[in-house]
Amino acid sequence: MSLGAIAIGFVAGAIAGMFGVGGGVVFVPGLVILLGLDQVDAEATSLLAIVPVAIVGAYRQSGYGNLRLREGLLVGALAVPFAALGVVIVNAIPERAIELGFAALIVYVAIGLLRSDAPRE
Amino acid sequence: MPRSRTLKLGAIAAAAGVFSGLFGVGGGTVMVPLFILWLGYEEREAAGTSLAAIVIIAGAAVIVQLIYGNVHVGDGLLVGVPAVGGVVAGTWLQQRVPRRKLQILFALLLLASAVKLVIG
Repeated sequence: MSLGAIAIGFVAGAIAGMFGVGGGVVFVPGLVILLGLDQVDAEATSLLAIVPVAIVGAYRQSGYGNLRLREGLLVGALAVPFAALGVVIVNAIPERAIELGFAALIVYVAIGLLRSDAPRE
Repeated sequence: MPRSRTLKLGAIAAAAGVFSGLFGVGGGTVMVPLFILWLGYEEREAAGTSLAAIVIIAGAAVIVQLIYGNVHVGDGLLVGVPAVGGVVAGTWLQQRVPRRKLQILFALLLLASAVKLVIG
């Protein structure tokens, strides 16, 4: 179990570093399919895993001069109540709806990867 | 900062926040294109700036999920900490591997994951 989690993390991070996509689109399916978490628990756990990746990524990008810190922090701060709202919604609606929504999201990201040389999450 | 710019930042924040909470992702899918289209960011600036926002957004969302008792803290750390090393490895590999082939492979992996999620 632990080795599986470490492998998911390393692979997700490598993909994020290579393609500029965030870790979440890999963390969530990895946690569901390989570790057997249910969809909501996988999403909740993914959010925790994203934090260190984003901290290191933001630090590195600021070194390259690619970070508009003031606006980034402003967006983050303004987003807090909406992130909380999203979590409340996800805990209130049927899990099947979330699974289908998430599947649609990763199909969208996959199509972006196939169509573009500059994909993003 | 002009009022219209602040409003755009607020709209981006609202969309990214709900998206992050709903799907357990950072919200970059929403933020990066909007930073470019609405605020005239360059692609790299958009990606870099979205990471700073993601720290706060994912941090806030995970606190609420902790209150619901849905976070597997051990698994999250076992995934998240090695991921940092993976990012460094990925950035290094980017210069040394056939990127387009890997991109297609990753896209197919995502599509297979989507099928698996749908059929259960």
